[in-house]
Amino acid sequence: MTRMIDIYSILPVMIVAGWALLLLVVDLWIPRHRKGITALLAAIGLAIALGFVLASSGNTILGFNQMVVLDGFSSFMQVLFLVSGMVAVALAYDYIQRMNINHGEFYVLMMFSIAGMMLMSQAYNLLMVFLALELLSIPLYVLTGFARTRLESEEASLKYFLLGAFASGFVLYGTALIFSATGQLDFVGIAAVVTAGSANSVLFLIGAALLLVGFGFKIAAVPFQMWTPDVYQGAPTPVTAFMSVAVKAAGFAALMRVFLVLFPSLSEHLTPILWVMAALTMIVGNIVALAQNNIKRMLAYSAIAHAGYILMAFVAFGNGEVVGNTVAATLFYLVAYGLTSFGAWALVIVIEREYGKGILLDDLAGIGKHYPWLGVAMLVFMLSFAGVPLTMGFWGKFYLFRTAVQAGYIGLAIIGLLTSVASAYYYLRVVVYMFMKPGEPKLQINPWVSLVIGVAALAVLLLSLIPWTILELASRAVLLLQ
Amino acid sequence: MEFGINPLVLMTFFPLVGVLVLVFLAPQQKNAMRWTALGTSLVTFAISLWVLFLFDPNKADNLLVQIPWFRLAGVPIQILMGVDGLSILMVLLTTFLTPIAILSTWKAVEEQVKGFMIFFLLLEVGMLGVFLALDLVLFYIFWEFTLIPMYFLIGVWGGKNRIYAAVKFFLFTMAGSVLMLLAILYLGLQAGSFSQPELVANRSLFAGSQLLLFLAFAIAFAIKVPVFPLHTWLPDAHVEAPTAGSVILAGVLLKMGAYGFLRFNLPLFPQASVQAAPVMAVLAIIGILYGGAVAFAQKDIKKLVAYSSVAHLGFVMLGIFALNPEGLSGGILQMVNHGISTGALFLLVGMIYERRHTREMSEYGGLWKAMPIFGGISLVVVLSSMGLPGLNGFVGEFTILLGAFGSKVLGSPWFAGIATLGVILAAAYLLKMFEKTFLGPITKEENKSLKDLNLREIITMVPLLVLIFWLGIYPQPFFNLINPAVEQLVQLVQSAALVLH
Repeated sequence: MTRMIDIYSILPVMIVAGWALLLLVVDLWIPRHRKGITALLAAIGLAIALGFVLASSGNTILGFNQMVVLDGFSSFMQVLFLVSGMVAVALAYDYIQRMNINHGEFYVLMMFSIAGMMLMSQAYNLLMVFLALELLSIPLYVLTGFARTRLESEEASLKYFLLGAFASGFVLYGTALIFSATGQLDFVGIAAVVTAGSANSVLFLIGAALLLVGFGFKIAAVPFQMWTPDVYQGAPTPVTAFMSVAVKAAGFAALMRVFLVLFPSLSEHLTPILWVMAALTMIVGNIVALAQNNIKRMLAYSAIAHAGYILMAFVAFGNGEVVGNTVAATLFYLVAYGLTSFGAWALVIVIEREYGKGILLDDLAGIGKHYPWLGVAMLVFMLSFAGVPLTMGFWGKFYLFRTAVQAGYIGLAIIGLLTSVASAYYYLRVVVYMFMKPGEPKLQINPWVSLVIGVAALAVLLLSLIPWTILELASRAVLLLQ
Repeated sequence: MEFGINPLVLMTFFPLVGVLVLVFLAPQQKNAMRWTALGTSLVTFAISLWVLFLFDPNKADNLLVQIPWFRLAGVPIQILMGVDGLSILMVLLTTFLTPIAILSTWKAVEEQVKGFMIFFLLLEVGMLGVFLALDLVLFYIFWEFTLIPMYFLIGVWGGKNRIYAAVKFFLFTMAGSVLMLLAILYLGLQAGSFSQPELVANRSLFAGSQLLLFLAFAIAFAIKVPVFPLHTWLPDAHVEAPTAGSVILAGVLLKMGAYGFLRFNLPLFPQASVQAAPVMAVLAIIGILYGGAVAFAQKDIKKLVAYSSVAHLGFVMLGIFALNPEGLSGGILQMVNHGISTGALFLLVGMIYERRHTREMSEYGGLWKAMPIFGGISLVVVLSSMGLPGLNGFVGEFTILLGAFGSKVLGSPWFAGIATLGVILAAAYLLKMFEKTFLGPITKEENKSLKDLNLREIITMVPLLVLIFWLGIYPQPFFNLINPAVEQLVQLVQSAALVLH
């Protein structure tokens, strides 16, 4: 028997999914050269959903027989997903026209994927987790290959699909093992069985490890990062921007929700694994990025490295004293990283002349001189990525490293800090090319993309002066978790 | 508090007014940009004189500003700024050298004047913030922030190898400061505060790990100073930087490292400081001798001056780690002296480079005959850098050697004895440089027609010359400013030393 409160708890998800279905039909009547209307409608749908998320935030509801949960954490993440979605629409509008892939389904698929992410942040049952994972992934496989007939896009799509399907298999198998260990699928039930001590501990542990593999794939943690550079490079750039922010956030949402609620008792076994994963992710991401000349690939490795920083704070997930800070620091960092990342990807869109062309470091030469404001904005993003003060990236890293130190993982913090010095090298290289090498850049500037760049740069700078605004939201989101 | 705004805050952020004006100037209004930058930095200097007027050497918390910023995981991060005897001279040095450096760029910088001036003023904000911040996080923010403008000054307006030098400068400093960041985070967690005075008061809370914490801070500061063997970025940065950049780099940025030792390492970790003192002193002496020896071998004048900085800063470090009043106050005064003398040397090198576009000593010779005013000023500056009695360098070096000689912590007169060799070395390389460039007959045809200094260049040098003589003949007012703070610091460290023995 469905109650009103159940509907209410997932209303924003239903709005996004329903709107996307309607849009799919409406789009048929929108002529090819007017696809801007589809983009606008998609953005409106996301905005309406955002309004409902904001209106319902502050409540804590377990809906549909504990299948889904609405709490501060999910509200925070959903705002992040919806805003990311709107930014991605703004970035894509001009880009898909220029690249001649102007089909209305682009926006529809993006909305489905967002619905999946939103559901992921609310899932309170392992089957819901799997459902959400598939709902967010499958449209993305299509979006990655959206520039079909272009080899790199198709290749990326196929790679992403094969490896993604593989990862989904891990999640499903992990779910099955946890079910056989506890006889339960919903989080409340599993937690109760674990507390009672009647779970089969070996199966439970293996199940948890398999889930870690699946989620590790989504957040692109080493050693499950192989797909990232190729997919990020081959996918249409707005899709890449969307993946690097929203998909990563969704992966972390799942990781945090599942691990903090279900697996604190396994922290003894999982912590060493996470420690190594975090260290490797930071090291591999940052070191390999040093060697990249293609900006898309460089940002892909940088995205891997940033997942490593977040994982560093996540290692302490079983430590009750620290875990509040872990979640708050992660949420804060996701916002800082998201703003910075969208800004940087928007710049890639601006310099990308043809599909996948004109995005080498050399193509940045002279931007600082001919487009000073654009140069300054990119400087802000690079400094924020590197964690230099007076950017959001600095406070984000500050909080993550503080959490790692608080949990006692000083060795890991040192690895993180040293690799972030290495990262400064490749971020500075971008600055070197923009400001210190002569060149005549040819840019494709579009008002919507400029708006994204401007707003992101200002936000990265100004929010760093008043970081408490985001911090408070992030720490309030913590309280309602579990 | 006359105008309802704290003079320290006003002084620190006043250069931003100039930045704001500069942003709205059109690219061809180059002179307007120069005047804006100069005017802004002069007003900042005037405010710093007002700060000096309000300053009471016997108080530790002059003009204290305390504004809560926000709380991160329960620990407050504040805008906490104040000035005391350790920082007042550094602040004045910064506000004094900035307009001089800007004046020196009038003809030297023609490309992208706007960006240059904006970065220069931003750099001044960062440097003042470093010297005034008393909250560790705020300090770190300013510390890292100074990197960005300097990185651009070297990288965009520098010499042939500028990009390499700029990136090396950035990465070296950043590599050092990340460990400091880790130490700051640890301190904040242990003591529940980032405020330097509060941490000093509660230092027993982290006394157990103070040697490691000392090391983390020391690496960050030692790279900046630079202490041998972490100095390799300095010659590159100095040689490639534009003249004004070198002046500020040598004059102020290097002092941030030495100041960091005074402000954080000694008071926060006194026992560790006492334990580490002999090691630091040995490194300082290696720096003195090594810097001097390498300077002697240089053919490029700017490189020679750069390596002489390594040697001079070695004296400063020796003074600081003598850990007695003479050593510390001598060290602080020598920081000022080095800022003035080496700043002046870089300006002179810049002036001759603008005329001949080379810095090779072999290209010159007999310059005195062609440029008598230039020669005269150079002689005074070279002698001051050498430490000739009656000029500023002598006072600082002498006080430091006195301190090192009588230091209980170092426990041996040999430190001072060997360091004295450095004074002789300095005389050797500086006189050699002077002889090769200025004395004898004019050997090169191009040098015969060189124009002597113009009025602007003389105006640039005069304030420095005044200070060179003033500090050399009557340094007492300067010592009066720093002594009370030094006494307090020494007492704090010595009581810690007693605990140790």
